[in-house]
Amino acid sequence: MAPPRIQDYAIIGNGRSAALISNRGSIDWLCWPRFDSAAIFAGILDPKIGGHWSIRPAQDSRTARRYIENTNVLETEFANSSGKILLTDFMPVTSEEKKQTMLWPEHELIRQVKCEQGQAQLFVDFNPRLNYGRSAPTIKDAGKLGWRIDVGTSVFTLRGETVLTRRESGGLSANVTLNAGETIAFSLTFSAEGPAVIPPLGDSIRQKLRLTIDWWRRWAEKSTYDGPYQRHVIRSALVLKLLSYAPSGAIVAAPTTSLPESIGAELNWDYRFAWLRDAAFTVHALFGLGYEEDARAFVDWLLHATRLTRPKLRVLYDVFGESPPDEQVLQHLNGYANSRPVRIGNAASEQLQLDLYGEVIDAVYRLLGESEKPDREMQKMLRQCATYVSEHWREPDNGMWEYRDKRRNYTHSRLMSWVALDRVLKLHARGQLRGIDREKCKEELAQVRKEMDEQAWSSNLQSYVQASGEEVIDAGALLFAYHGFEDARSQRLEQTHQRIRERLVPRRGLVYRDERSLKKREGAFALCSFWEVDFLARAGRIGEARETFDAALGYANEVGLFSEEIDPETGEALGNFPQAFTHLGVINAALSLRDSEKRKDKLDTES
Amino acid sequence: MNCSSWLLWGFASTVVLTSILAGSQGLGLTRMNVPYLLGTMFTPNRDRAKLIGIFLHFANGWIFSLIYIAAFQVIGRSTWWFGALIGFMQAFFVLAVALPALPALHPRIANEQYGPTVVRQLEPPGFLGLHYGIRTPISVVIAHVIFGAILGAFYTIK
Repeated sequence: MAPPRIQDYAIIGNGRSAALISNRGSIDWLCWPRFDSAAIFAGILDPKIGGHWSIRPAQDSRTARRYIENTNVLETEFANSSGKILLTDFMPVTSEEKKQTMLWPEHELIRQVKCEQGQAQLFVDFNPRLNYGRSAPTIKDAGKLGWRIDVGTSVFTLRGETVLTRRESGGLSANVTLNAGETIAFSLTFSAEGPAVIPPLGDSIRQKLRLTIDWWRRWAEKSTYDGPYQRHVIRSALVLKLLSYAPSGAIVAAPTTSLPESIGAELNWDYRFAWLRDAAFTVHALFGLGYEEDARAFVDWLLHATRLTRPKLRVLYDVFGESPPDEQVLQHLNGYANSRPVRIGNAASEQLQLDLYGEVIDAVYRLLGESEKPDREMQKMLRQCATYVSEHWREPDNGMWEYRDKRRNYTHSRLMSWVALDRVLKLHARGQLRGIDREKCKEELAQVRKEMDEQAWSSNLQSYVQASGEEVIDAGALLFAYHGFEDARSQRLEQTHQRIRERLVPRRGLVYRDERSLKKREGAFALCSFWEVDFLARAGRIGEARETFDAALGYANEVGLFSEEIDPETGEALGNFPQAFTHLGVINAALSLRDSEKRKDKLDTES
Repeated sequence: MNCSSWLLWGFASTVVLTSILAGSQGLGLTRMNVPYLLGTMFTPNRDRAKLIGIFLHFANGWIFSLIYIAAFQVIGRSTWWFGALIGFMQAFFVLAVALPALPALHPRIANEQYGPTVVRQLEPPGFLGLHYGIRTPISVVIAHVIFGAILGAFYTIK
């Protein structure tokens, strides 16, 4: 049987870690205690040795999946001639206040199976592997306390409402028959601190399910978005919340590593870290939806993470603001669909990306709005970043696409340098920021614009290009209007969009990130589709924007999740999954479209 | 009995004992968090339990140091090695008797025979505290031996 496709997975989590579950009922990815910890289930990267935990019917079945409305509780329904079962997967979450009134495991994953019709034969296969599949653990029978796996001083415990037996090949298994109305549940926990909390099953599971549904719904209901794309926007917000590390406020780019951008190629990277590149989009999206608390938590993390390295910024940080580990290749894993190598750590952390300064400054700028004064730490960071940009914006860098071959004078890096200087000058003019060298910033701002006007524009292509001196079309030019550098209706941007349509759009709703990625056989970059929607909306081309948005949204899987890239031939997901950057794009495009429609309605009314 | 010496060195040795046990957790010797274990006798709130547990552990340290001091007073001398010997004996008692008996005293520790309940969900320590990590006995012995050695070395008999 062919392995599940990337879009066959769905995610559950608890704001500290996440698991991927296939539509066959198998957990094929789980890292505890953090997103970037070693995986205990890594079957997605190597079905033979990676480890998995599957609960599935013994007979072939039709499958349907959904999230319980406005939650991250996943339901997978299996139906066949003998019966129908519902598998509910979730990691319990509740408010800190509620947690203080009861014992709550550090990490828990619950799987509940209910037979809804007829009779169902189930097969349970619990096959954990430690350290990304490197070793099979010793699973000890602790009697009424369940099964336990000691890893150093940490412990995993598994309890279930059925008898599990050891398999000769390793792991535990059970064959279960359920009749209509019967339910069984399993609880897997992880504790790094002792004594571990070993939760009871039965009513306790049902209570946790109620609490979890309630918590997610309360959070989702805070959204202020009321436009036509409500379902997609809420799902994207819920994905972002799943990918945020609650103790610090960091948001990881994706919960996985090395899901390939091109099947069988080497474009496999570890995305379980927080990229500063996403900062401005993140704050825009969270603020735009009314999640002010989450936006502030993210900016707090941003300030904390960058404190030690400022004025220089790293490309990415781990969830606590530390440098990610050095990039390593896991030779023992075959990779998803034999796409080797499997990497952990990320060498991009050592790259120079000058766009980051604009991202960070713009994130703070959006958070502050027009009246809030930044605190001393924020002021210091803004001044440091502004000074750094003034002095370094002319240097070549690796750009936002993190090309490793050589440094170039990337247009997007120049754009974000312009954003950095523009925003600090605006903050200064409003009296929100003091102590910057205003004249120097103004002068450099004018210089950046001049250089972009002259160097980033190709008169030959009649388009903005990726880097000065290289006639490469890049979808990043769609952000000129988003950042306020140029009006979306300007002739230059219209022409650039036309070139993007000609060279980077294989079909409506899909956009390659640049012409280099075409040569590497990468998929279309899902985020760029939503940049195009934003661009069209800002250009007042509302109908086209909607059509593009609808087409792009059609590439989500059936539970609304997007990966990083999409194969234009098959429509299949490529790259790490689900991808925060793409879901940020969904939210920002929906907000932009809503705002443009409101502007248009207002103009229509006035005329 | 030299009260001021007891108060000072009882406190100092308890600080060291607590630090060694906390450090053992950080170094990966044991998962056992003694303040959490003690504090959950009074509350399920993880943070509050740790705070209460720290106070309890300090009180215990001071109280238990009285036994050491009684022994020093009885034999009329106080030396580091004699303190360490008592520490070793206390550690053995804690590991072999007190920890396995804890489920009977602690309202939130689960029973190995009946499994967890809504109230009792904490993992029991098991013989020698081995459920909290295979090196738990090592850290407990080291911590108590040093606790006793400090008391023995610095307590002044009156």
